Amino acid sequence: MHGPTTPLYINLLIFLMAAFLGLGLIRRVSKLLHTPLMSLTNAISSVSVVAALIVLAEPKNMMITLFATVAVALAATNVVSGFMITERILRMFKRDTGGKSK
Amino acid sequence: MTNALIGYCYVIAAVLFILSLKWMSEVQTSRRGNWAGSLGMLIAVLTTLIAYRTQHLDMIILAVAVGTLIGIPIALKLPMTAVPQRTAMSHAFGSLAVALVGTAEYYQRLPGIDTFAMAVLAAEMILGYLTFTGSTIAFLKLQEMISGKPLIYKGRNVISALVVLFAVSAAVGLVLQPNQTLLLPVLVAAALLFGFLLVMGIGGADMPTVIAILNSYAGLSAAALGFVLDNQLLIVAGTLDGASGLILAILMCKAMNRSFANVLFGGFGATSTQPGQQVTGEIKPVSVEDAYLILEGASSVVFVPGYGLAVSQAQQAVRELGEVLQKHGVEVLYGIHPVAGRMPGHMNVLLAEANVPYDELLEADAVNPKMPNTDVSVVIGANDVVNPAAREDPTSPLWGMPIIEVDKSRTVIVLKRSMRPGFAGVENPLFFKPNTRMLFGDAKASIQALIAEFSQE
Repeated sequence: MHGPTTPLYINLLIFLMAAFLGLGLIRRVSKLLHTPLMSLTNAISSVSVVAALIVLAEPKNMMITLFATVAVALAATNVVSGFMITERILRMFKRDTGGKSK
Repeated sequence: MTNALIGYCYVIAAVLFILSLKWMSEVQTSRRGNWAGSLGMLIAVLTTLIAYRTQHLDMIILAVAVGTLIGIPIALKLPMTAVPQRTAMSHAFGSLAVALVGTAEYYQRLPGIDTFAMAVLAAEMILGYLTFTGSTIAFLKLQEMISGKPLIYKGRNVISALVVLFAVSAAVGLVLQPNQTLLLPVLVAAALLFGFLLVMGIGGADMPTVIAILNSYAGLSAAALGFVLDNQLLIVAGTLDGASGLILAILMCKAMNRSFANVLFGGFGATSTQPGQQVTGEIKPVSVEDAYLILEGASSVVFVPGYGLAVSQAQQAVRELGEVLQKHGVEVLYGIHPVAGRMPGHMNVLLAEANVPYDELLEADAVNPKMPNTDVSVVIGANDVVNPAAREDPTSPLWGMPIIEVDKSRTVIVLKRSMRPGFAGVENPLFFKPNTRMLFGDAKASIQALIAEFSQE
């Protein structure tokens, strides 16, 4: 659709790099934050909304349009609630800074 | 917009996603991480909208509006105890979205899909649809709309294997003959059924692992879609999500001393029917007053919460008791077992919500060395994660599981409603140890009574 397609080995390389990078990064995430981590990665993986938008660029028939539109709504729900809940959870984590003596 | 410009915008989005996870490693930088992720998403979506001029902008706006209207109330009103359900639901939504796009892409490319694209599409659809039903069942179980007990019947693994065989055969058929559109519904139905069977067979105690595995599947199916659409941003973001779910699942399995295969195909308790050694000893119930006197004389106290704490909504009360003790010069810490909540890290969130400072929340590895020098450990609504049988009884189903070693502290006070065993259905010798005192009753009521005792001084 858009210029020459990327050879498979390049995409595989990207996949493997991302996998090793991801494993390395996630290993270092504090256990304290595993719940917000999950809501964050969930929101991020809803970047699949991009795929739905690409399909919606030139859908061949109504069914394709319908499927992709429903996918946009589902992914948008995840994006909005995912980032917002992550923010809400992260705000709850406070350090012990004299707030005690209330 | 030129192709190159689109590409660079996607690169920026991908870098923001990576930074987002990097900043998520510590509490101090975590909120910046969340903002980086949000910004990356915004860039990715806007770039795509501008680059691929669509004939359906009105429908897209409508869909995004619907998604936003559903998403915002969930995000704002959701109680923290319900975060695991929300997570399961979002895995269901995410994987269904990916599966639907995959299906749409299949019809879009008919006739004449090349073999490679068809193979990846088939794998992506199987993964997406099975994650959808699996996550939906996980949601229903966590929401307690259906029983959390594993559905176990004779020949369960044979039936599951047959369903998988159906799905794979349909996939192979499609790869060989992509234009055989009748095979697609077979593939979809088999994948949906397999996800259903898979999670129906898993018990409530295994939910943290299941959620993590489904997280991984949802990410991997998004990455597969990236291969089909030749979209590297999707490959990167999906793979990061897949890696995250995988690591969390491994950590959860380690925390329960179980293998992946055991979680997925065993069903807790199904593989270990022997109840472990008979426990001997005497149960020593105490009154609130006695418990008060024990705590009053302590100089260090470790609270060990389990999900029972959240069930009785006692987080606030525990934090208050902790503060009262700190005012008496007692050192107060919290020992958090990885599977104390209903999903990875859940208990930390529940206590953070109750304003417990996060530097008082310690992992098992950090708190166990402190146990021999701890005067009193207070176990609230936890059972299996403090069961010394994991260390002492090789015949116990819990044998080898890392626990919080409260039995090594000088005195243990266990707050418990009754003598019912935990999820694993295993006797807990902790309750019979000479240094253990049982304070029976509702956890929240007991803790509030203890706070009242302190304020009477």
